[in-house]
Amino acid sequence: MYRIAVMGDYDSIYGFASLGLDIFPVTDREEAGKLLHRLAESEYGVIYITEGLAALVQSDIARYADRIMPAIILIPGVAGNTGAGIQSVKKSVEQAVGSDILFGND
Amino acid sequence: MPGQQIIPTRMELSRLKKKLATAMKGHKLLKDKRDELMREFLDLVRVNMELRKTVEAGIRSANTNFVIAKAGMSEETLRTALMAPKQEVYLQQEAKNVMSVNIPVLDFKTRTADENDIYSYGFAFTSADLDGAVKSLSDIFPQMLKLAECEKSCQLMAAEIEKTRRRVNALEHVIIPETQSAIKYISMKLDENERSTQIRLMKVKDMVLEDAHKYSEKA
Repeated sequence: MYRIAVMGDYDSIYGFASLGLDIFPVTDREEAGKLLHRLAESEYGVIYITEGLAALVQSDIARYADRIMPAIILIPGVAGNTGAGIQSVKKSVEQAVGSDILFGND
Repeated sequence: MPGQQIIPTRMELSRLKKKLATAMKGHKLLKDKRDELMREFLDLVRVNMELRKTVEAGIRSANTNFVIAKAGMSEETLRTALMAPKQEVYLQQEAKNVMSVNIPVLDFKTRTADENDIYSYGFAFTSADLDGAVKSLSDIFPQMLKLAECEKSCQLMAAEIEKTRRRVNALEHVIIPETQSAIKYISMKLDENERSTQIRLMKVKDMVLEDAHKYSEKA
């Protein structure tokens, strides 16, 4: 049985606590990296992370890209949408096809 | 002409022929795998994009609702209200095999069946906006989970497609042409050897006959 974690600044994620997800308020780069690894190695199957925080720990996230667990998914924070989530979808198209033929002009 | 030294023997020739047959077969299979993966991937990634747009819009509006809710009450009240959640979510994960890529299938279970358990606070001290905000977030949650499943699958498939594509290209543009030219080289060399042996034999025969019958008039 797996659980779901949400990482990011407190203001962006406190609502998820009411749904029963585990929230981990963190804003520091180093702390976030450590936390991410700790969560990924334990019982968390899906980790939602705000785009702002994800930008800081990109290399840590990349480590879990080719593993089936956990799925690390970017969500927009309260400060707004940086487009990093859409960008990651485009990146996988680019990786698979060679160039972004689907969403190139979006 | 291949780069490395090839030993022109029949054994090497038959070994290379076997290698070529395997490479051809592997190339065909990998190409089929790549095409099928690509087809699945393109469908999935379109769904992924749609889901992402929906989820991002949903979270954005939920965030707006939370900001409004926060404005209507004190920070402490809000923190206290959400401090001890009633509801818990558990994930069930299974793996589905698509063309030898394991992709996750996620299913979630809540601890209690009552959908009102997302409101983990008494209604007396919190603003009604908070209820709306929590509800809007809870509405988008199933989509968020689908997004997680879909996006992870896309990432895994993209990585596998890249790998397969490289293998197909390596076979198509390096291994197969190299083996073919090596086979050609060996068979030419063997033919050449055979011809030279034949000529040598003919020459020897001529010489032997000449000795035996004294054909030509020698001085």
